[in-house]
This record gives sequence, C-alpha cells and structure tokens, in this order.
Amino acid sequence: MALDKIGIAKRIAQELQDGWYVNLGIGIPTLVANYVPEEMTVEFQSENGVLGMGPFPFEGEEDADLINAGKQTITVNPGASFFDSATSFAMIRGQHVQLTVLGAMEVSQYGDIANWKIPGKMVKGMGGAMDLVASAENIIVAMMHSNKAGESKILPACTLPLTGVGCVKKVVTELAVLEIKNGAFHLIERAPGVTVEEIIAKTAGKLIVPEFVPEMVL
Amino acid sequence: MNKVVDHISDALNGIEDGMTIMLGGFGLCGIPENSIKELVKMGTKNLTCISNNAGVDDYGLGLLLQRKQIKKMISSYVGENEEFERQMLSGELEVDLIPQGSLAERCRAGGAGIPAFFTPAGYGTEVAEGKEVRVFNGKPHILESALTADFAIVKAWKGDTEGNLVFKATAMNFNPMMAMAGKITIAEVEELVPAGSLDPNFIHTPGIFVQRIFKGAVFEKRIEQRTVRKRA
Repeated sequence: MALDKIGIAKRIAQELQDGWYVNLGIGIPTLVANYVPEEMTVEFQSENGVLGMGPFPFEGEEDADLINAGKQTITVNPGASFFDSATSFAMIRGQHVQLTVLGAMEVSQYGDIANWKIPGKMVKGMGGAMDLVASAENIIVAMMHSNKAGESKILPACTLPLTGVGCVKKVVTELAVLEIKNGAFHLIERAPGVTVEEIIAKTAGKLIVPEFVPEMVL
Repeated sequence: MNKVVDHISDALNGIEDGMTIMLGGFGLCGIPENSIKELVKMGTKNLTCISNNAGVDDYGLGLLLQRKQIKKMISSYVGENEEFERQMLSGELEVDLIPQGSLAERCRAGGAGIPAFFTPAGYGTEVAEGKEVRVFNGKPHILESALTADFAIVKAWKGDTEGNLVFKATAMNFNPMMAMAGKITIAEVEELVPAGSLDPNFIHTPGIFVQRIFKGAVFEKRIEQRTVRKRA
C-alpha cells in the first residue's frame, strides 16, 4: 500500500545521522522531526532564525515572538540559539547545515526542482527554498509521485519555473525511494505492497530499475 | 546621543510619496506594527516596500496593500496574503521576488558598504535573468546587488536612548540588517530604557545604525499559525 504523509516522514527520518544540523521545509518535511531515532541527537534549524527547535508549545504557552519558518508557534530545546536572517543563510550557504528536506511540485531526472510558482495561477514566492537547494550538500525531496489529475511529477524535465538545477539527490514519495544520478532516477526501495510495475507506470522520467527492489522497512 | 522621539508622528516624519522603505519582520513576527498603522494614517502613497513578507490581508503590510499605498514590493514569500496575490496577478502591483537569503544578504551588504556579491542561490532560475554569472570552485554563482532604503523601520524588544537594540527570539529576523541599510533608521521598541541599562555585551544592533527610537503604544503581536500540543 502507498505510504501516507507520516510514512514518508518516517522513511526520511531513517536518513538522519547523529550530530547533524537539519533544515526541514513546510508540510511533510516538518513531520520528520517526530521520528528521530531515540539514540540520536539532531538539531533542527529554521531559516527565520533559530537552531535547536523543539516541539509545539503547550496550549496557553504560545509566544508570538517564537515561530518557525512556517509561521507556526514553537518551543526551543536547551542549547538553542537565535540569530538574524543573514546569519541564518550563512549557515545554509556556508554548508554548515548537513541536510535539507523540502517539498516539490516537480523533480527532474537531472535533479532539477520546481516548487515556488505556477505561472498565472499561484505565486507565493520562493522564500528560502532557492538558497537551500543551491547550497545544501544533501537534499531530500518529500513529495507525492503524481498530481491530483494523476500525472507524474517525477519528470524528464520540469515544466514549472525552476527553484534550482541539478541539486536533488534523493526523492521519497508515497510509492518509492529514488536516487538521482547520471541523468536518471534509480529505484532504491518501494513502499510496502507497492509493485515495481506501478512505480514504472507512475514515473515519467527515465527510471533505472535493478533486478531486486527491496521493500521499505518502517 | 539621545535619539528618542516622543511621538510616533515625529518618528516617521519625512517619509514621503514614492520613497523606498525597508520593514523588518518575518510573517507577522517582529514587524513594526505601530509604524505600519501610522503609515496608514499618513496615507503615504507609491511606496516601494522591502520586506520579507507582505503581512496578511488585514494586518501588517496587508493594511497598506488594502489602501493601495504600495507601488512595488520586494519580498521573498507572499503566500499568506490574497489581496497581494490578486494585485500582483492583475498587474496593479509591481513585485520583485527574491530568495530569502539573498534578500537578507542584500540588505546586510547595503548597510556594510558592499555594492554586490556572488551567490549560488537562484542560478539557472528566472531569478538569474539578466544577472552576471561567474564560476567559483566549479560552481556557478550570480551577481546580486546591495539594497538600501530612504527609511528602514525596525521593531526591537528593548532599546535604549542611544538607539542600541535587543531583539527577542525569532522576532529578530530581518531587523538587524535592515537597521544597517536605512539612510534613516527608525526603531519602535517594547521597552525603552536609559543608556547604561542594557548590558553592552548583549546588544544585537549597536546604536550607530539607529537614528530615531520610540516606544510603541500597542503591540498586538498577532500569531499566524497557532500550533500547540496537548498536555500529557
């Protein structure tokens, strides 16, 4: 069966490594924080200016001055720090943040990503996404394999305005884990019960399928 | 040097139609809300506003958008404001969307006397159109220019009579860089204290960057996304 959002977040959490500083985007990526393995210490950065983000506050303890990049009220863990936006993006551009997880509308087999604009329809702006994808060493995209009309979002080339070029190395969808290299998607794992045939059918970009594709263990 | 102005109208004196104004804040967090309300009252028009976001429909910079006081916005993310999206898609409002890190650095550069810098953010996208590309360490970068403003309006938690500022938590965001980049910088603060009351070791923005400071009358501090967890 295809994964739900929580399943995707759980699978991405398996990519975390002890001691990493991690930036999580809005949506599914935010959920990854809930599934950090217990023995592991990971610090979450939010680009509006906080390192050491903690869980949401208890009701009645919300602080308007303490939010994440999704404008949600948050708390901080012991050892947290606050800083200005220039310092925040120095951390990102300077590659001090080890992993970025973000959502996408489209990803191409060359690692291009589009997630900020639908011409004539939706223009929200790129926020920090362009800075993040241009600089992060590890970028994992959390997304759905197809759009609501059933069309694949895993493409030979993006059709929407780009956020970055040649930057995405890994994609986790409700169906599969894909690695991007040498101009192709490589099928690494499939969601429990999902067939290789279904993944092939829903992937528009070039897909390399090995003889054996293991199921994800969640 | 006493920089205190007693009345908000004196603080904002000199802001005229057609000027470029920077406003600190991220979402509704750390915005100079008293000054924005005063700009509504002043009715100043054709403003170019440099601010990471554009407020929400009925608060923050959304108040100036409603009254069509803004000619052009320079921002990175405007998703929370329907009126903004409407004005932009209809062509009423000129909009320059730039990556958040580039926006922050462009303000910092403007205040720091650096006319331009190279960044990898936006390479290969429409943000790079018309900009010089240069390869450093095998990676393409684009040339981004510094931003300055006729006035920068920032919001701080505490400030002293010398204009030294301390910000609280993530309400800091763009405020320190914008304070540096304004020809005239106005700070509205929650607590205004005499010089010597703030520990010099913990000043975020030194007073040299601030020309006028006043205590804001009301801080509503609206929350955009109230997220909480249940007590166990």
